[in-house]
Parts: sequence; C-alpha cells; structure tokens
Amino acid sequence: MSQKLNVRNITENEYFYGHKACGGCGESLALRLALKVLGDEAYLSLPAGCMAAVSFIYPNMAFKNNAIITPFASTAAVTTGVEAGLRALGKKKPLAVGFAGDGGTADIGIQALSGAIDRGEKFIYICTDNEAYMNTGIQKSGLTPFGAATTTTPAGREIRGNINFKKNMFEIVAAHGITYAATASIGYLDDMINKIQKAKDADGPSYIHIYAPCPTGWGCGSEISVDLGKQVVDNGLWYLAEYENGEFKVNRNPDTFEPVAPYLKRQGRFKHLEESDITMIESIRDQKWEYIRNNWV
Amino acid sequence: MNDKFLNGNEAVAYGVLLAKPHVVAAYPITPQTKAVEKISQFVQDGDLDCEYMHVESEHSAMACSIGASSVGARTFTATSSQGLLYMLECLPYASGARLPIVMMNANRAIATPWNIYGDQMDIMYALNSGWVQLFVEDAQEALDVTLQAFKLAEHKDVLAPVVVNLDGFVLTHTYEKVSIPASSEVDAFLPPIAKYDHIMSDEHPMSMCISAGNHQNQGFKQLQHEALFNAEGVFETIEREFSTQFGRAYGGAVDSYRMDDAEIAMLTTGSVTGTARVVVDELRREGIKAGLIKLRMVRPFPTKRLLEVVADLKGLVVFDKNVSFGYEGTIFTNVNSALMQSGKMLKVENVIGGLGGRDIPHHEIKSAYMNLIDKKNSKQVRFSDEEVTA
Repeated sequence: MSQKLNVRNITENEYFYGHKACGGCGESLALRLALKVLGDEAYLSLPAGCMAAVSFIYPNMAFKNNAIITPFASTAAVTTGVEAGLRALGKKKPLAVGFAGDGGTADIGIQALSGAIDRGEKFIYICTDNEAYMNTGIQKSGLTPFGAATTTTPAGREIRGNINFKKNMFEIVAAHGITYAATASIGYLDDMINKIQKAKDADGPSYIHIYAPCPTGWGCGSEISVDLGKQVVDNGLWYLAEYENGEFKVNRNPDTFEPVAPYLKRQGRFKHLEESDITMIESIRDQKWEYIRNNWV
Repeated sequence: MNDKFLNGNEAVAYGVLLAKPHVVAAYPITPQTKAVEKISQFVQDGDLDCEYMHVESEHSAMACSIGASSVGARTFTATSSQGLLYMLECLPYASGARLPIVMMNANRAIATPWNIYGDQMDIMYALNSGWVQLFVEDAQEALDVTLQAFKLAEHKDVLAPVVVNLDGFVLTHTYEKVSIPASSEVDAFLPPIAKYDHIMSDEHPMSMCISAGNHQNQGFKQLQHEALFNAEGVFETIEREFSTQFGRAYGGAVDSYRMDDAEIAMLTTGSVTGTARVVVDELRREGIKAGLIKLRMVRPFPTKRLLEVVADLKGLVVFDKNVSFGYEGTIFTNVNSALMQSGKMLKVENVIGGLGGRDIPHHEIKSAYMNLIDKKNSKQVRFSDEEVTA
C-alpha cells in the first residue's frame, strides 16, 4: 500500500504543460494532477476530444509521458493494446492509462470499455466528466444532466434543455465486477489523487470517474471551476464513492445537503430552469441518496 | 519442412505461428473464424507465446493492434466483410502512424442482401486506407505471403500495415497440401521486429497519432504516399530472398502465365486465377495465343510492371470480383488508369463475376477470352453471367 498523498508530498514534477486548454478547465486540472500520481511510466491513450485536441498540436506536444490519440470509440481498446504490447515485450508492470471525456466514455466508447474490463487486463481508465461534448461545441452526451441546456438540447419554447437523466457510469462499470472503481471531483483533490493512487496499485482493471466543470460549456466564470466541484458534492448532486472487493463504499455522507439552486444558478446552462424543475432535481437527488444509504452505507 | 493438409485459414494461422507475433487481437467472423480459432489453439497449447486479446469487436481488434504496435510489438489480426467495414475507421490510424500491423482478410460479400460467401467487395472499401494490399491464390501462397507480409510491413523503407486477402471459402475453407517451413528457417528469413524511432518507449517518450494543422497535414500524407510506393520494390526483394531460402516463387507484384507471346490475356486477383490458368492451357491447345496476368498487389498499384507485361497484347479482359456501383469493377478502373498513362491503345474489357460466391464456371472465363477475338458482346463492362437471378 502506497503512502497517503496530499498537497505536501505530491511531486513537484510536471508531466502535462504547454497545452491549449481554456482557462479554468476542469479536465486539464484532473489530468495534470492524475499524472503527478501516475508518473512518467504511464502510457496514455486519449480519444478525440478536448484533452487530445489541446495537447498534440504538431509540432507542440504537451505530454512528457508517452501518449497516443485513439480512434474515438477506442480509448479502452488502445489502452489495453498498449498494455499487452508492453507486457509481451517483457515489461514487468506496464502502466497503461486511458483518459476520455463523458461522450468518449459513456456513449461511443462504452463497448470498448466494457470489453476491456471483461478481459481483466490491468489498466486504468479515467473519465473526466464535463457533462457534454465540449470539443465539438457543447452537444448533449449520455452524461448530460437533467435540465442542462446544450447546443443540441437548447432551452427551447417547447422543451427546456435536456429531459433525459445522467447515465450512471460508476455503477455500470462496477456491475462488471471490476477490480477498483471510484467517483471523484476536482473540488476534492486529496480524495481524487488518493483514488488514482489506489487505481495504480490495483491488480486489475480500474476506473475513476471525475467530475470536471467546464466554464466554456457551462457558462460560468473560469475562477469557480474548483468551487463548483466542491458545491456539487456538498449539495448531493454528485457523490464520492468507491467500489472495491465487490462492495460499494460512500466516502462522504453529509447529514444535510446544501440547496441545489445556488449551484445551478451560477451556470448559464441551467439559468432557464423553473422552480418546479429545481424541485424535481432535488427529489431525484433524495431518491438516489436514499438508495445509497440503504445499500452502501 | 513438413507437409500438412490445410485450408487457407489454417495455412495463415501456421504463418502467424512461425512469425511469432507478440500480440494477436481478433474477433470471429465467417469465413475468417478458422484462422483465429487455430491461432488461439496454438496459444492455449503453449505453442505460440503471445498475448491473445479476446476483443469484443473488430473496431477494438484494430484499436488493440494499434496500441500494441505503437509500443513496438509484432501484431496480427484477421477479419472479413462487415467486420472489415466496422474496423475501417481504425485502418488509417494504423497506416498514418506508420504501424507495421499485418492482417488477414477473408474476402466476403457485403450486406445487403446478407451473404457470407466470397467476393472482393469488402476490401475495395479499404483501398484508400494506406494499407499495402496483397491477394493470394492458394493456401501455400497464403502461408508464404503471411511470412513475407511481416517482413514487408516492418521494412524501414515501408513501415506500413499490410493486408493479405484470401477469397472466402474458395481459399479459406478448401484443403490442400501445404508445406510448412521449419521454425529455424523462418527465424533466419524473418528476424525479430526492429525498434523504430517513432514508437512509444520508456527510453524515448513519444506522442503518437498527433494532430497536424492545415499547413503540415499534407506533408505527412505526402511522406506516407511516397513510402507506400516503396512497398513494391521491397516486396520483390523479399520474394527473391524467400525463393532462395524456401524454393517457392510467385512472381512479385504481377505474376504472368504464358505471356511471352500472348496476344490476348485476362487479369485476375485471387482464387479465380486457378480456373483462368486451365482455360489458358486449353486456348493454347486450340492455337490461340492466350495468357494470364495475376495481380498480386493492388496497393501500391504496380503500374510499371503491369505495363511491361501487357506491352505486346492486343486485347485484355480484367476480371473483377467486385463492382463499384454506378461505374465498373475497381481493378478495371485501376488497370485502365495505368494503361492510359502508357499511351498504349489496347482493347480492354471488364468482366464482373463471382459476387456473393456465385459460381465462376470455366465456360464463362473462356467466353470472356473469346470475346476479345469474336467481339460477340460489345459491352465494355459486363457481368460474367448476364442472367439476373435474384
């Protein structure tokens, strides 16, 4: 078991710099911190998406690590291919890591991810979830939450934003009997980096789902990304949990939740929501937490 | 060496066994299945020490191959038909990143109508993917070309992925006597894969499959285009080496049969060549100066070699086991372009046949030849059997 990581003992080395991500980008923060835990031995696979688009602009490469852009659907497949290749060439403990956004994970990439977990190879998959297809211009993904306006689910006269609910990738992945899975948020970085460390130590496939605000897509100030990442946990719309040895565990179980309205109202994507929408969002949150407390705590 | 009674799929599997790949990633699809089953048997029995990845789709088969090859592993996969189309998106990733992956494709019809039997419609979709395209005529050639394909793909002047095409069922499921080279001899012919500058490694971290903007992108494509042309010459050299060592030769990119004084000829790719060979012998007995051109490499297209072979011909018929709807057979298009470049005026016709495994009988091949003399049928592009039986 590795030592517990914190702001004082995490490395000062940088592995991801000079990239072209927007100010306040939650994904790039998650990726930068994750690499500080994973180190330069990690071989990265990234599909088409923001993190690939901002990091591999020839001739300026932003990764100190080995890194490859994958076909969009293929993050997990390329990741495990790298792992198998390194192992076949004699490397003892290859560290192959996939980084994909919510669309690349929950939509187009879910089949390859499922297949790779099923094969049981040792790899880490990190989903940085900013709740829409940001790189192509903020379209709805399978992880866009109820009520959010995107460019394909705008707040119209007839339909106000996205009327579907967010797919639960953490539990879908856990249902595979994966070795280790966890949720995290860039609002709680200590929690996040220690979960990445656990994934690194896991003897089998592991999955980390990181809540990563996107100021450009969400219509909020770039200075509040980390704060939104905290707020969403404190108001119960996102939970911090782990799946390990076949068991779910909740890392934070607040006695009371902050109200959701202040969180929603700070973001342009929710500004059209009416009182009844907000009440509905809170009631869905409460149902989910009732389930969590009954089954995981 | 020892002889075995094998079908084309198994012959490829023995080629893969002898090539000792580090990684095989494959998904089953008819009529390729026997190849991947045989390879998995080799792995399960401990005869082949490689990582066999049981992927959930052809798209992932190629993606896993890209991952493995990007760190320098010798990598093999196999597919067919809809599977090839499903992985199509990944093919230019492999060729653009200059990854020497080798793939077997069991040529098969494309839906719909659904049909599992052999024609070459599938691989024509991949013609522009940047892969070297080879076609074989029988099981022995399938094994031998599999070994040559690794050497070709990994050659420093090529560094392009290679696909070896076998006609579905006619080759993949027909049994023949196949000579299996000794492993030690193959090791001498096919050394371990080299370490390239452009792969990911601990020593030299690398960014792969990068993005290049509107100014640089074309430069990468031009370099790739030039390298693919090298494949023809390198293939000929590899074949000569192979012939010296194993005593079997196939004639390089364009093989010719009784072409020395031929006045008319047919150009074929794949298994139909066997039938055409018999027809040529028969025509020769009847006093007709017929010959046969077996096109073994479709990308890069061996224009110069083809023009040498057709130099003295009066008539040429191109047999296509595919059709580009609304135009003509794809091989015909390519051959015509080559002829046009030479300025040689030659009577050329296109016969399309064998779609969805439709029989290609001897008499249809013969009448295709005879039409060059008799000109009974004035259509330049036609189906081998014009009766529509749908």
